[in-house]
Amino acid sequence: MTTPERGVMERVEQPTETPSNGEPAPALTFQAKNVSIWYGEKRAIDNVTLDVASKAVTAIIGPSGCGKSTFLRALNRMHELTPKTRMEGTVLLHGEDLYSGTVDPAIVRRRVGMIFQKSNPFPTMTIGENVIVGLRLNGVRNQKFLNERLEKSLRMAALWDEVKDDLHKPGTSLSGGQQQRLCIARALAVEPEVILMDEPCSALDPIATAKIEELIYELKARYTIVTVTHNMQQAGRISDYTAFFYLGRLIEFGPTTKIFTNPTEKQTEDYITGRFG
Amino acid sequence: MHLERAHHHTWRKIKSALASGIAFASALLVIAPMGLVFFYLVVNGASSVNWDFFTKLPAPVGAVGGGMANAIVGSLELLALAGAIGIPIGVLGGVYLAEYGSARLNSVLRFLADVLNGVPSITWGVVVYGLVVLRFKGFSAYAGGLALGLIMIPLILRTTEEIILLVPNGYREAALALGVSRWKTIVHIVLKTASKGIITGILLALARVGGETAPLLFTAFGNHFWNHSLSQPIAALPLQVFTYAISPYDDWHRQAWAGALVRI
Repeated sequence: MTTPERGVMERVEQPTETPSNGEPAPALTFQAKNVSIWYGEKRAIDNVTLDVASKAVTAIIGPSGCGKSTFLRALNRMHELTPKTRMEGTVLLHGEDLYSGTVDPAIVRRRVGMIFQKSNPFPTMTIGENVIVGLRLNGVRNQKFLNERLEKSLRMAALWDEVKDDLHKPGTSLSGGQQQRLCIARALAVEPEVILMDEPCSALDPIATAKIEELIYELKARYTIVTVTHNMQQAGRISDYTAFFYLGRLIEFGPTTKIFTNPTEKQTEDYITGRFG
Repeated sequence: MHLERAHHHTWRKIKSALASGIAFASALLVIAPMGLVFFYLVVNGASSVNWDFFTKLPAPVGAVGGGMANAIVGSLELLALAGAIGIPIGVLGGVYLAEYGSARLNSVLRFLADVLNGVPSITWGVVVYGLVVLRFKGFSAYAGGLALGLIMIPLILRTTEEIILLVPNGYREAALALGVSRWKTIVHIVLKTASKGIITGILLALARVGGETAPLLFTAFGNHFWNHSLSQPIAALPLQVFTYAISPYDDWHRQAWAGALVRI
């Protein structure tokens, strides 16, 4: 973490740093400033500064081990679950410092939901229970409210029609793609402001992948989405902005069309054209 | 060429049959002692296992009939006491080892638990004799339950820890990413997922201490009558079997056989 004065300084400076070259600057959900993360002695993220636009899809691409998952997990403080992590820099969510001493990580995660690479519905719960578990464990008891949220979340995750008659069946009885959409419904049920996705399709077949991609496109209307992906075509299809990470550094960041058609950095071009990674 | 291959083929078949035969014989050798024990118990004990055995108090030497009702109930009471001590401490300790704690502290705790698991059970009886029986001047069900409970703690601790570590990390992360607190994640997600294994571990620990005689010798002591207070000596099935078996009386021997049969 930075010293307090530095953190305040940066926050005050922030508005003036936003480029004002005629175009209206997009509303920002995250502002990551000079973020560095260490696992023990190993530096996984090296001084990354990145703004995430609201109600848009930002894709993080890069070869394995480049720190893209670590950076994603720093956006809802999930990286802290790994022992011996250390972080410097600030991450602001709608202008609030996620890492200030008074912030409870559980509250951060309620506002910033996450979808994982491997779908992980809770094996002891039914489909219905899986969707509302976040609300239930956070103290919501009103059954009518829970039922409404159950249907709403499953509809948003484009799963309602497939499972509405099987809500009492185990969550693990669904197919891989359905399980991943169930996990999305589970994340949506607590009404987060942002959804982080850590390679959400890498374990799915092309048809299930297409459904998830379609879903991401629909969710973009209401949510800010940050997704990590190994699949460059996917980044090109679904994202508005793309960040290219290499060896823990942010090499290039910009609108997806620009990154894919006219990258500034040689490394970005080499990676995107498949010359390495 | 062709003949040679055929020869190899037969030789391989012989080797295969030999290996299967040895494996089968080994399996028989493993099962045989168990079969023998059971057979012996049935031959010697079955005649004394009847309704009276489960409902009547022990009869004096020479008198016909009598049972071990007090010892059966006593064993259940002792197991309840032992469980009340061993289950919560063992399970919570296992949760601590698996979910909290530093690597160094955990390896020390794990080592200690393994050492405690290796302590002969009579030692626990002596420890409780010194700590409880002498201080309160009397054998009691409490002391017996405590001795058995202490044996259960490291057993349950280690099985609980191992089962919890088998719960995939993805479930913990999924719950934490929903903004669920650490403690609720452990109770509602991790323990729920691991519950079958933990219960199996508890049952195995109960079965293990349910068969213990040695730690009860200096603690519960045994009793030929109904126990009316947990601060009084209490009978237990394995203990009763032990006293009867070392007695010089034939009818007590028969009851001991019956008791051992019921224990199975």
